[in-house]
Amino acid sequence: MSDKLKVSSNPHVRSRATVNGIMAAVIIALLPATGFGIYHFGPKALQLILISIVTTVGTELLYGLISKKQTVDDLSAVVTGLLLALNLPVSVPWWMPVIGGVFGILVVKLLFGGLGQNIMNPALAARCFLLISFPAQMTDFHYDAVSGATPLAALKAGESVNVMDMVIGRTAGTIGETSLIAIVIGACILILLGVIDLRIPGSYILTLLLFVGVFGGHGFDPAYLVAQLAGGGLMLGAFFMATDYVTRPITVGGQYLFGIFLGLMTGIFRIFGPGAEGVSYAIILGNLLVPLIEKITWPTAFGRGGKRHAK
Amino acid sequence: MNKAGERLWNGLVRENPTLVLMLGMCPTLAVTTSAMNGLGMGLTTMVVLALSNLMISLLRKAIPSRVRIPAFIVIIASFVTVVQLLLEGYLPSLNKALGVYIPLIVVNCIILGRAESYAYTNPPIPSLFDGIGMGLGFTFSLTCIGAVRELLGMGEVFGYRVMPESYVPIGIFVLAPGAFFVLAGLTALQNYIKIRGERKGRDMSRFQSGCGQDCMSCGLSGCSSRMEKAAKASGAKASEAKAGNDRATVAGGSRPGRVERAVMAAGGKANEIPDIQFVNGTKEGKK
Repeated sequence: MSDKLKVSSNPHVRSRATVNGIMAAVIIALLPATGFGIYHFGPKALQLILISIVTTVGTELLYGLISKKQTVDDLSAVVTGLLLALNLPVSVPWWMPVIGGVFGILVVKLLFGGLGQNIMNPALAARCFLLISFPAQMTDFHYDAVSGATPLAALKAGESVNVMDMVIGRTAGTIGETSLIAIVIGACILILLGVIDLRIPGSYILTLLLFVGVFGGHGFDPAYLVAQLAGGGLMLGAFFMATDYVTRPITVGGQYLFGIFLGLMTGIFRIFGPGAEGVSYAIILGNLLVPLIEKITWPTAFGRGGKRHAK
Repeated sequence: MNKAGERLWNGLVRENPTLVLMLGMCPTLAVTTSAMNGLGMGLTTMVVLALSNLMISLLRKAIPSRVRIPAFIVIIASFVTVVQLLLEGYLPSLNKALGVYIPLIVVNCIILGRAESYAYTNPPIPSLFDGIGMGLGFTFSLTCIGAVRELLGMGEVFGYRVMPESYVPIGIFVLAPGAFFVLAGLTALQNYIKIRGERKGRDMSRFQSGCGQDCMSCGLSGCSSRMEKAAKASGAKASEAKAGNDRATVAGGSRPGRVERAVMAAGGKANEIPDIQFVNGTKEGKK
């Protein structure tokens, strides 16, 4: 009897995954995009990435020393710093990732209680903070020493874009977002390692494609759809930021719902909004809705529900 | 401490309406885009607050408690109209900057709150000073918030360039989110100072009322020693309450306000404004 009936307290489902391991996997998966960004935009990109990481790690280290609860060794600050830098145009001054890094780590993450308690993705919140504060510098995109519109802005203005360049990444944009191929390689690494699955990115991207297909004014023209897919921060956001464990819903149904919501918001921002891009705002809005999404998709426990428990 | 001085201190520090009581958030967040706007809004509110407190206190025996809120509103609205006409006449630019928030002083919860909780149950002179103290506290907080937002968001304070020319303003601070950041930051700062004093075992009762009236979620460690002290001071009242309700004595026997409320809950005389009684009771009890 005692062999068959094992009595223990929860948790009953265990896994070998650790925070460090997951964060390390995300960092490795971001390397292709980072490498391409540095190759494409030059040493200034590397400099910004390093400043950003040093700032986020330093902020977390200092806060840990002050509050006597050190959490810097979980590598999450490195991921935040890297993601923040990948979300900046290469032309920003050096102090901008510093302000963004301190804001993202200190205000968005640590003041809410550290990793696991933050209500928004710290890197994205920092990017939005910078975008609202310094709109001129944050939308000043350089490529080949020429200031130019991002392909998405050009697309919105009705100009033609070179879709092949966008897929490879030879366009203007933020450091990490330009190359579809590099990001997809990273995403494949994450999926193969089992760190993320396709629920959120898949429903996000499909919803967005449907939305721009219907409302974009170009119908389901493949070139247009690929341009929407490869342009802007969609891939980076869908695979690396919307899937952030802390700020995504934990229920399966909720994850699909979350992805659909993000796709709708991004589509609305891109097609009907004043700017060309809306991935960061969409994900942040989605992050804030996560508690509500979880509430409506919460599964019913065995033995609950039905007529007896209906109010 | 004399009564008038105590009221001023109470409004400015112990029960600062913005940073401690968290009242009047709407104008606080909306108009503090610059130090000047904060100062203007604060002073305007202070004038209305002081005058309406005085008037309500003078009329407190004449106003039946059933219709006291409409009566308060009429009194407050009269003063707001006067102030608004004066502003339009003499400071049109400030009037324009503050916009709809001047008429909205009528429903400002600080003013209604002080009328309810203090002026309606206290004599005129302390009520006047309560209004001035609360108004000063409001003005002080709004000016601080406005100054920080103006400094970070425009590099200026009161319109004078403070930051070096190379400083790039952080635009978000003059927008709505900036108001929340700065308000939260300043509130945290004053809480930090007060709680640090408590932790070091200092008597902080001069600096904080220290009581959100909710012992369950209270994190103050220095509270018990203060309660003992207050218990000695108001021994008579506490023992009187002991007879009335044991649980009340356990929960907060040193606090006449809480005791009174508990006694009421236990079947004492029904009171229409228990919270107000509590606030006053705390004050009297500390004497």
